[in-house]
Amino acid sequence: MTIHSLYILSKSGGLIYQLDNNIPTIENEKTFSYPLEVKLEVQNRNIMVVYGQRDGIKVGHTLVSVNGMKVTGQQLDDGRDAMQVLANETNYPINLKFARPKLTTNEKIFQASMFYPLYALACQLSPETRSSGIETIESDNFRMNCFQTLTGVKFMLISDPKQAGIDTLLHRVYEIYSDFALKNPFYSLEMPIRCELFDEHIKGTLEQAERLGISSI
Amino acid sequence: MSRQSMRSNDPKKVSGELFTLTYGSLVAQLLKDYENVDDVNRQLERMGYNIGMRLIEDFLARANPGRCYDLRDTADKIQQAFKLYLGVSPSIGSWSPGGDEFSVVLETNPLAEFVELPDHCLGLRYSNILAGVIRGACEMVQLEVMAWFIADQLKGDNVTEIRVKFVKRLEDAIPAGED
Repeated sequence: MTIHSLYILSKSGGLIYQLDNNIPTIENEKTFSYPLEVKLEVQNRNIMVVYGQRDGIKVGHTLVSVNGMKVTGQQLDDGRDAMQVLANETNYPINLKFARPKLTTNEKIFQASMFYPLYALACQLSPETRSSGIETIESDNFRMNCFQTLTGVKFMLISDPKQAGIDTLLHRVYEIYSDFALKNPFYSLEMPIRCELFDEHIKGTLEQAERLGISSI
Repeated sequence: MSRQSMRSNDPKKVSGELFTLTYGSLVAQLLKDYENVDDVNRQLERMGYNIGMRLIEDFLARANPGRCYDLRDTADKIQQAFKLYLGVSPSIGSWSPGGDEFSVVLETNPLAEFVELPDHCLGLRYSNILAGVIRGACEMVQLEVMAWFIADQLKGDNVTEIRVKFVKRLEDAIPAGED
């Protein structure tokens, strides 16, 4: 029973709320000797493993620390360039930590607004008239459920493919939205939801759904 | 106290009197601020409109009604909403021949339970907020309507009557997958 994250899109397609509920963190640390057995490259301003998968370090993971020192982008915390440090034989043996990259806020906004035209496209591609848009997307590792209200707000839940009863949960989320976002006099429509009470209730509901099953909410 | 007995165990339900009195003080305050009944009427309608835009989501989430494809459906839903939010069941009637206009008739108006209009504000449409709520709520489900009062018990009529007229469907605003 896992619910990974929740997205709420306004009727004009903007991301107004996002919550990561249960995203597993995958981190691997290993001491390397010269020459480095994994092939690293700079991609999207991060240092990424492009080849040479081993010991849980997978292609697509990014370098997060060198000898315990955090790497931001390509730079070490003391100002040195991480790629140069790695190229220098005298720095070895070296301890490197890799992790699966997390989506940044910008990427989330971008991804959410990508879904909007896809949803509309699905209606148009449909061989049947009056078809709804995409309601579920399923993959090996997750399932995305989307629920659109009559007013056009979209609620998207990313969960484990085996998770049942998502419809009930989405409906509950809608109720919480109508209670704690819309009834807050200081919340303006179509704007990102920054309401603590809303946050609290959403988190509580997701937690309860995971712990006790969705029928209990 | 007929409405008292209708209160269920729902902790969120409050006495209708509290609501009636709160609304009364809002209207009184607006009268003081604007000194002109026409402005007050307009303000009440605008406030109602803003409330309706938000309240519709609550209605959709709670009552889970389907989309309306006919004004008769819409009238039924409005009736249902009055029951849910004000605890009264209005009757729907006086359909226009074209089926694009109807009346919501309230035997008792919970907003005006303790109210008598003084002489200097006979032009005041005391419950005008309701007309705004109907307009705002319909607009969010892509339905443009006009709503106005044609009879008011406060002005000596037998019933309170709100007229609702369909203007058009807001085709541009209909979300994909809903039309």
